[in-house]
Amino acid sequence: MAITDIRPIGQHAPPREGLGEVIARQGPAFWIVAALLLVMPLIATSFWLVQIIAYAMILGMIALSLMFLAGYGGIVSLVQMTVAAFAGYLVAIFGDSAIAQISLKWPWWAAVPVAVFIAMLFGTLSGALSVRTEGIYTIMITLAIASAFYYLCLQNYTIFNGFSGFNGITPPVFLGVDWGSNVPFYYLTLGCAALAYGAVIYVSRAPFGLALQGTRDNPRRMAALGFNVVAHRIAAYTFASVIAGFAGVLLVWYQRQVSPGTAGVGPVVDVLIIAVVGGMSRPIGPFIGALVYVLLRTFSLDLLEAVGLDGKRFQLLIGLGFLVIVLFSPDGLVGIWQRLRERYRRSRETQAAQMRIGGGTP
Amino acid sequence: MGDFIARRPIWSFVILVAAALLLWLVFAVWTPEMEATFGRKRVFLSALFNGITLGALYFLVASGFTLIFGLMRNVNLAHGSLYLLGGYIGYSIGHLTGSWLVALIVAFIIVALAGILMQVLLFRWMEGQDLRQTLVTIALSIIVADLLLWNYGGDTYQVTTPEWLAGPVQLPFMVGLRSNGEAVMMTYPFVRIAILMGAIIVGVVMWLALNRTRIGMLVRAGVDDRDILSATGVRVQLIFVLVFAFGAGLAGLAGVVGGTFQSLQPGEDTKILLSSLVVVIVGGMGSIPGAAMGALIVGLAEQFGSVYMPTYAVMLTFIIMVAVLAIRPQGLAARR
Repeated sequence: MAITDIRPIGQHAPPREGLGEVIARQGPAFWIVAALLLVMPLIATSFWLVQIIAYAMILGMIALSLMFLAGYGGIVSLVQMTVAAFAGYLVAIFGDSAIAQISLKWPWWAAVPVAVFIAMLFGTLSGALSVRTEGIYTIMITLAIASAFYYLCLQNYTIFNGFSGFNGITPPVFLGVDWGSNVPFYYLTLGCAALAYGAVIYVSRAPFGLALQGTRDNPRRMAALGFNVVAHRIAAYTFASVIAGFAGVLLVWYQRQVSPGTAGVGPVVDVLIIAVVGGMSRPIGPFIGALVYVLLRTFSLDLLEAVGLDGKRFQLLIGLGFLVIVLFSPDGLVGIWQRLRERYRRSRETQAAQMRIGGGTP
Repeated sequence: MGDFIARRPIWSFVILVAAALLLWLVFAVWTPEMEATFGRKRVFLSALFNGITLGALYFLVASGFTLIFGLMRNVNLAHGSLYLLGGYIGYSIGHLTGSWLVALIVAFIIVALAGILMQVLLFRWMEGQDLRQTLVTIALSIIVADLLLWNYGGDTYQVTTPEWLAGPVQLPFMVGLRSNGEAVMMTYPFVRIAILMGAIIVGVVMWLALNRTRIGMLVRAGVDDRDILSATGVRVQLIFVLVFAFGAGLAGLAGVVGGTFQSLQPGEDTKILLSSLVVVIVGGMGSIPGAAMGALIVGLAEQFGSVYMPTYAVMLTFIIMVAVLAIRPQGLAARR
């Protein structure tokens, strides 16, 4: 199956290690980025903090759930944005919103877990439907499920409130902190994104994740070894749906509203673009892709007008950028970075080897 | 056909009964009780005919999609964009020349050329990498959609119906009786009948070409095993280009047809793409009879849905898709 060729072959996960060892093994880049993200509220304006970085982290989480499925399971699902939007809708329905006749006004600590749980069930169910067929069919079936959900939201007024959706959804006030104000919301998304990132790395090294990667590389052999391939794939959907569900809750708290447009075909495809542009071989890829996407989306008007084009051609820019990435670097931006590093390391090694030959023995 | 009856007697019986019931509903004079439950017969009949003609349009789009998929394993998610491109080209040409037929032919040729370019410049270099090809088609669909929006704006266009296709025609179906016992016949737009006929002709010609000609034999062999086919010395790339051109051209042609009896506007590309996705998922991917069957089912479901349960019309289509996936994941007409 050609889906596997998006990832370099022969990347075996290392043997299991403790949390301390994992943290100690990280290079300087990890610590610089982590420290930078932690002190970001001190250096960035609130616009950058929330509109750019927090939003990118939320989108990154949704794309991360797709990356988990595609990178480790070889399943390219377009239903992740739908799961996120569904969780967002459920928060609006169970929790509080401006649409008083539908919202049940549960407290947030009841509404959020129930919303994520039901979204997880939905994700699992669509996974169960689509894993019955193989490979590239998945992308068609999940796209069809995603658009079915979009039309359902658009046409149903009793539960989903039709075209206008829900507005006036606010993040909760908890422990004396208003989580909707800029800095707490930033830390909330940062915490969730870090948790999701860590969870994906952990699961990818756990027995389940290793078995999942086995089903990606050779489903037939895994089945012969006694693994239930279909069950592993469905469980992968479940795990990814939990991440997407939490991201959806954050998304609806960020936007303060949810409408059918949140789950439309455009956003659904955007999530795929984010994951592919960032790179689906490593969990950091989706976050990089999301940051690039949000930056482009925010500044494309200025960017395009600076080079003398119509500022409205944002989609053209996204499409062309996506095409270039797909054509020239199937591993996305992470792939480019890895290749550059590899080349640097190799040139250093040849330099060192030459020095050893030229230097002689002391 | 006889083979099917022998293998599945119960299903054949159910299908026969359903067909007989449908025929009776079409030809019988409806009693007042029936009109009370199903609504007026005129509404029922026009939903039936609208569904069939919509299915004809879907067949034109989806047969190209399924042909390309079957041979090249390329899920062409830019197929809807090719449809819209064809529609806009047809509108412009029709506006310039004033001839509908010229518009139809030119749209077919230009979109087929676009398909050749796509195959030669892009997909040829990433053969066997289905995901990458699909991603490229997504990128193309975004680019084409934005270019079309740039050029034509967000307005709604309609290709002018030629005079020889305009106007209603009387069908030999009664919709009711006048008080004096005289039968009221159904009238229906001629252009839709013509489109239905055209789709049937295209389908039959395609079936004949696939099953009775040498090139069709090569295409079928390529669907089954393209490696062996190329090993026997056939220039498989040439066949790929031809099939891609034909499939794309059909989408462009369908764009003109759809622009004639529906309308052209941004967003129509996604709608058509989704419909053809559902059509080929229901019918079975890579199969022309499957595309015809799926198109008919989806078209009828959409029309009857919008008449009898307007709120959930679109959902009905997807429910059918989910049901087919759950019972027969490979589609209704697929061989596997």
